[in-house]
Amino acid sequence: MSVRIADGEVEHVELRIFEPPRFFEAFLQGRSFREAPDITARICGICPVAYQTSAVNALESLCGVEIPTPIRDLRRLLYYGEWIESHALHVYMLHAPDFLGYTSAVELARDAPEAVQRGLQLKKTGNQVMTVVGGREIHPINVKVGGFYRAPSKRDLRALVEPLERARESSLETVRWTAGFEFPERTVECDLVALRAADGYAIDGGRIASTAGLDLGPSEYDEHFEELHVERSNALQSRLVTGGTYLCGPLARYTLNAPQLTPLARDAAQEAGLGRTCRDPFRSIVVRSVELVHACDEALRLIAAYDEPDVSAVPVEPVAGTGYGVSEAPRGLLYHRYRIDADGTILEAKIVPPTSQNQLAIEDDLRDVVERNTHLDDERLRDLCEQTIRNYDPCISCATHFLALDVERR
Amino acid sequence: MSRVVVVGVGNTFRRDDGVGLAVADALTARVPDGVDVVECEQEPTRLIDAWDGAAVAIVVDAAASGAAAGTVHRFDASSSPIPAGVFRSSTHAFGVGDAVEIGRALEQLPPRVVVYGVEGGEFGAGEGLTAPVREAVDRVVEAVLRDLEEATCTNGR
Repeated sequence: MSVRIADGEVEHVELRIFEPPRFFEAFLQGRSFREAPDITARICGICPVAYQTSAVNALESLCGVEIPTPIRDLRRLLYYGEWIESHALHVYMLHAPDFLGYTSAVELARDAPEAVQRGLQLKKTGNQVMTVVGGREIHPINVKVGGFYRAPSKRDLRALVEPLERARESSLETVRWTAGFEFPERTVECDLVALRAADGYAIDGGRIASTAGLDLGPSEYDEHFEELHVERSNALQSRLVTGGTYLCGPLARYTLNAPQLTPLARDAAQEAGLGRTCRDPFRSIVVRSVELVHACDEALRLIAAYDEPDVSAVPVEPVAGTGYGVSEAPRGLLYHRYRIDADGTILEAKIVPPTSQNQLAIEDDLRDVVERNTHLDDERLRDLCEQTIRNYDPCISCATHFLALDVERR
Repeated sequence: MSRVVVVGVGNTFRRDDGVGLAVADALTARVPDGVDVVECEQEPTRLIDAWDGAAVAIVVDAAASGAAAGTVHRFDASSSPIPAGVFRSSTHAFGVGDAVEIGRALEQLPPRVVVYGVEGGEFGAGEGLTAPVREAVDRVVEAVLRDLEEATCTNGR
């Protein structure tokens, strides 16, 4: 991150936290469309399911395939596993220490081992869901275009009930815990963008909605959002074609879709003092905790309703053309676009992860934080900037406590 | 005999960051019976699960301390922390060092923990290790096998 301050005035704030997955876009070219879920799953160690889901959504819609409900439900269950794991990691290991005056989860673990233990246990339950449904806990290998290689048995899923019930209790405890933190007042003013689905709090697909009233199908994404090259770096920043900054992720999901949370999660949100909407980036930790409750609750419902499908996948034949897919990664909207030929060879791939979409909003917030704190020394300023960045849970590689801050004062 | 585990940490699509996985891969066929070889492609809090219940854990990850690419560091983390600044923290939520310290704080650290760091030269997106790091893989494999021999002897007594 670099900051330029002249006579106490902030001239320039630039954040280079995120490298877009260009390597993977190039790597996908010339590969079979059937390889897309496996290859894109490797882009992120924390949210492989998000990448797989957006990829299969894009390719299945292009090829005109309707995925049967039991298979869709299984995919959603897998995705909840990822939300549980990712949110538990961010809430406990990265974000909570900021509110409790610790510089890291290591210090928190020394003083409050039971809290960190609870976080790790939650995370482990998310892993378990991913292992049982995804076939492997990291980079699930079981997802394919058309469905799954193998559907888990009822018995496999029953083994998840007890850990998920415990995780649901821990999630409720997490909401109470985080709701008790002290929050500086802060409001994000920009448009919030999240998927909206008819059948619940959107996760594995839906239409693109915004607080400004957008309502788009995935194929309309490129008409309304654009990626700009940032001068002097490889980074790409997304913005609305109309020129506006926007934010996706938990605040956007909650603000747009809170009434679709499960009753238990809604009650937890209310008890935690969250309003009908939430635009406070600090309180995103409470929203993530509420989403943990929702994810556990929904995962348990899906397991209870599960019947082994007759087939684990439907046949998919390639269709030449362009396919568009979206889903809600733990960090926000993840957009994929693929152009394939009649043989199913990928001619072009485009992937826009939530972190590049949120980059401008994060920079705006950082500029504001720096402007109000130019009197602080570099070290204190860096701490504040790190905390500001962590509020947005950027792609995990960037959310660490090792921000290089380059301040030029004149 | 108590559990002995070797964990390779890294990301194969981040060039030299894949060295821990390359070592784990090479070790799989060569470790004595009863030794688990695990790959951790995720962030290192997974290590705490990976070494759960083990008496001995050997961890291999890429390092970025500023030394020449291919340099092999070895730390005994059983009773003291790994020096700061050796392991990259940017490809994972935490460094391996943080996972070790969280494990220690929660009393979930095996009695014996050895951590190898192989200095990487290139961490950009892409496949394949750079030459000096590729050459270091064999050296680390041999060193880990020696550790295992020692550990399984002591452990079996």
